[in-house]
Amino acid sequence: MNLLNQALGVHEQALQVKSRRLEVLAQNIANADTPNYKARDIDFKAVLGAAQKQDTAMFATSTGHFATGQEISPDGMRYRTPFNTSFDGNTVEMSVEQANYGKAAADYQATLNFLENRVSSVRKALRGD
Amino acid sequence: MSMDNIFGIAGTALNAQLTRMNATASNLANAGTVAGTESEAFRSKRPVFKALVDEQMTNAGAPYVGGVKIDRMVDDTTPPRRVSDPKNPLADAQGYVYQSNVSEVTEMVEMMAAARSYQNNVEVINTARQLMMRTLDITKA
Repeated sequence: MNLLNQALGVHEQALQVKSRRLEVLAQNIANADTPNYKARDIDFKAVLGAAQKQDTAMFATSTGHFATGQEISPDGMRYRTPFNTSFDGNTVEMSVEQANYGKAAADYQATLNFLENRVSSVRKALRGD
Repeated sequence: MSMDNIFGIAGTALNAQLTRMNATASNLANAGTVAGTESEAFRSKRPVFKALVDEQMTNAGAPYVGGVKIDRMVDDTTPPRRVSDPKNPLADAQGYVYQSNVSEVTEMVEMMAAARSYQNNVEVINTARQLMMRTLDITKA
């Protein structure tokens, strides 16, 4: 049973963190013209590290219980340091955000590929051929 | 899954940018408006955006937290141009009319900026949609 619980490894949490990061970058892009808005980003290493070693997971009282999906912690949000200042106090730089969003999307797809591999190996193991 | 929130967030931004473009269209339409008194003269209007973070307290989990909304509309404070036009039926006792303070060039630039921001958010939605579809395909691996 343990095999199936941990079949997806770290990628399950990584996918959550990466989709959260996409959301934060979408917030930055949405607020590109908001006065005094400060662009934020997620420190991927900090969040995933915290998610991996948190001991607030639900306690299984029976060996038949499945492990529950763990929510990622809201920590790891950082304010971005802008390259240039702006008159209205907004620190969103559209080119930076676009580049980051593109990279975050690619990262997300990379994690998806890992997950697809895991799923197909589990399927292969179950089928036994 | 927080992927849903991206659609809400980008949606609020599309809404805000559309309002901004509407304001620009209204300003351009009124660029040639004249009035009989200085206070009645048309003044260029511009929306002020505000981030939707405050709602996090009262409406936690709403799909648009972190988005943007129109906080208020502000008038351009540039004084209207006073032009002598005694034949105009709106002219005051001294024969002056007051033209709107709309600057066509500024409005055109504003319209392009709003259109670009709109396109950016459309791209955000497209990318998020593709990622979501791929995530759904994970079981077919």
